[in-house]
Amino acid sequence: MNERLSRRKLLNIGIFGFGTIAGTVVGIPIISYLLSPLLNPAKNAWRDVGAIDDFKVGDTVEVTLEEPSPLPWAGATAQTSAWLRRTGDRDFTAFAVNCTHLGCPVNWLQEAELFLCPCHGGIYDANGDVAGGPPPRALWQHQTRVVNGRVQVLTRGLQVA
Amino acid sequence: MGSSAKRALQWLDDRSGFSTNVLPIVRHPVPSNVNWWYVFGSATLVAFIVQVITGVALAFTYVPAADNAYETLQFISHQATLGSIVRGIHYWGASAMVVLVIIHMARIFLMGSYKYPRELNWLTGVGLLFLTLGMAFTGQLLRWDQDAYWAVVVGAEQAGRVPIIGTYLTQILVAGQTVGGATLTRFYATHVFLIPALMFGLIGLHLYLVVRHGISEPPVAGRPVDPASYKAWYQRLLERDGIPFWPDAIWRDVVFAMVIGAVVVVLAMVPGPKELAGRADPTILKAYPRPDWYFLWYFAVLALIPPRIETWIIIGFPAAVVVGLLAIPFVGRSGERSPRRRPWAVGLIAVSFVAVGVLTYEGFQAPWSPDLSPAPLPAAVTQPLNAEQSQGANIFENHGCINCHTIAGSGGRRGPDLSAVGGRLTKEQLTWRILNGGKNMPAFNDKLDPKEVEQIVAFLQTRD
Repeated sequence: MNERLSRRKLLNIGIFGFGTIAGTVVGIPIISYLLSPLLNPAKNAWRDVGAIDDFKVGDTVEVTLEEPSPLPWAGATAQTSAWLRRTGDRDFTAFAVNCTHLGCPVNWLQEAELFLCPCHGGIYDANGDVAGGPPPRALWQHQTRVVNGRVQVLTRGLQVA
Repeated sequence: MGSSAKRALQWLDDRSGFSTNVLPIVRHPVPSNVNWWYVFGSATLVAFIVQVITGVALAFTYVPAADNAYETLQFISHQATLGSIVRGIHYWGASAMVVLVIIHMARIFLMGSYKYPRELNWLTGVGLLFLTLGMAFTGQLLRWDQDAYWAVVVGAEQAGRVPIIGTYLTQILVAGQTVGGATLTRFYATHVFLIPALMFGLIGLHLYLVVRHGISEPPVAGRPVDPASYKAWYQRLLERDGIPFWPDAIWRDVVFAMVIGAVVVVLAMVPGPKELAGRADPTILKAYPRPDWYFLWYFAVLALIPPRIETWIIIGFPAAVVVGLLAIPFVGRSGERSPRRRPWAVGLIAVSFVAVGVLTYEGFQAPWSPDLSPAPLPAAVTQPLNAEQSQGANIFENHGCINCHTIAGSGGRRGPDLSAVGGRLTKEQLTWRILNGGKNMPAFNDKLDPKEVEQIVAFLQTRD
C-alpha cells in the first residue's frame, strides 16, 4: 500500500514537473518573441529633413521623418513628424509633435506663435515651454544637427512625462 | 417519424448522453419568481455570440496590415455586399455588449446576487467586464483611421504614467517606439484571438458556476443571506417551487435578446456604422482624437481633473476600480440582499451612473478642446467696425484668440465666451488679461505689440 502511494506521488511529481519543463521550453521563445520591442528596440536614426536654406530663421514648420526601422507594410505610419524651428544661422530646435499631457498632436499657430493641443487645450510657446493648460512640462525635443548644409533630426519614440 | 429515424436519434442520444447529461442542465430548476431583471446576463452572452459571428465575417475581408487596413475597411463599408450592415452590427453590437455587461453587473450588485455562495460568479464576471472593455479598446484601433490612431497614442501615454515600468508598458502595448505597423498586428491578434479565447474560457466557467450555485432568488427585505444555512435553504426553495429554466424562465431571455438584436440591426442600417475618419497618418496633425463613446467619460475625467493629481488618477483610479470590484463579494459576503435595505449600494450605483452620464455628455461637448479650424467671425460682428476695431478683429481671428474664445457663435469654447465681454470688463481689465494671460491662457505681452493690444481691446469693447 505504502509502495503504491509513493509511486502515485512520484507520478504526480513527474507529470507536473515535466509539464512545467515543457511549458517553459515552449514559453521562452513565445514570450521573447512577444517582448521583442523591448529586447531588441530600434535604434534612433538621423533623418535628413532639408537644406538649411529651406528654413527661414524664426519660422516653425512641420517636417516628416522616417521611422528608425519601418516595417515594409507600415504604409503611412512609416513616417512621423516633428515641428522644426530655425532659431539662428545654424541653430535648429525640433519639437516632438506629441503634447506632453497625453500625447495628442500639437498644432503650430503661425501668427499667434503658439502650439495648441486639440485634446485638452494644452498651449506651448514657440520655444516649447508650457504657456497654459494641463501639460506637466515643455514639449519634448528631438536632437538636431547640420551636416554639409543639410538639416538632420534624430528620431525619437513616444515619451512620457 | 419512421422507426429507423427514431433508432438513429436514440443512437445519437445514447452515444452523446444528451438526455442524461445535457437536458438536466438545460432544465435545471430556478426560483419560480425570477423576473425581467434576470435577462441582462443572457443578453450579454447573445451580444458576444453576435460579435463573434460578425467579427469572423469581417475577418474574411479585413487585412490587418498598416498599409491596407483602412482600404479594406472602406471596401467593407462601401462596396462589399451588405458589408456596411455587417460592420454596423459589429459596431453597434459592441456598444450593446458594453451597455449590457454593465447593466448586468449593476443588477447583480443591487440585488446582492454576488453574496455567498456566488462570490466566484462575481469574480469571473469582473474578469469578463475587463475583457469586454479590452475588446472595445483594441477593436477601435483596427479601423486604422486618425481617431483610432491618436486614441491609441493617448492610451499608450497613459500606460506610460505607471511608475518604473511605464515606458516598457508603452513599448509592449504599441510594439515599438511609436504607434505603427507592428501596433496594428498586435492589436489585431489581441482582438481576434487572445481576448476572445480568454472570454470563451471565462464565459464557460461563469455559466458553469451559474448552474452550480443556481440563479439567485429575487431578494426580499428582511431575509439576509446566512452562509451557515443558505445552501440548504436554497435547495429546499427549488424543491418546493422551482421551475425548469428551459422553457419556463428562458422565454424572457429570448424575448429581451430579440428586442436588443432588433435595435442593433436597425442601428446598423440607420445610421449605420461609425463613418471612418481620415486614414491613420502620423504626419497629419489636424486631428481631434476622441475615444469611442464608452470611453468618453474617462476622456472627460482626464480633461477636468487638476494636472497636479493627474498621474494619481490615471494609475490610481483604474487600480481602485479593479481592487474595489474584486473586494465586493468578500466585504459583503453575507447579510441583506434587498436594495431596500442597502441604501449605500443604491447610492453608489446611482452616483456612478449619473457621473458617467454627465461626463459622457461633457465628453461629447468637449468644451475644453480648442477649435483648430474655427469659422470666421460673422459679418454681423465685423461689418459695423471702424478701422482700428476691424484690425483688432483680424488679430482676434489669426492670433489664436478665436481658437479658444467664442464671439457670436464663432470660435472655440476652451475659454470664456467673449460675445458680451465689453460690458463685463473695462478697457484696463481687458488689456491686463491679454498681457498677462490666466490659468489656461498664455500671456500675450511678448506676442503682440502695444498697438495691436489697443486694437484688439477696441474690438472687444464693441462686444457689449
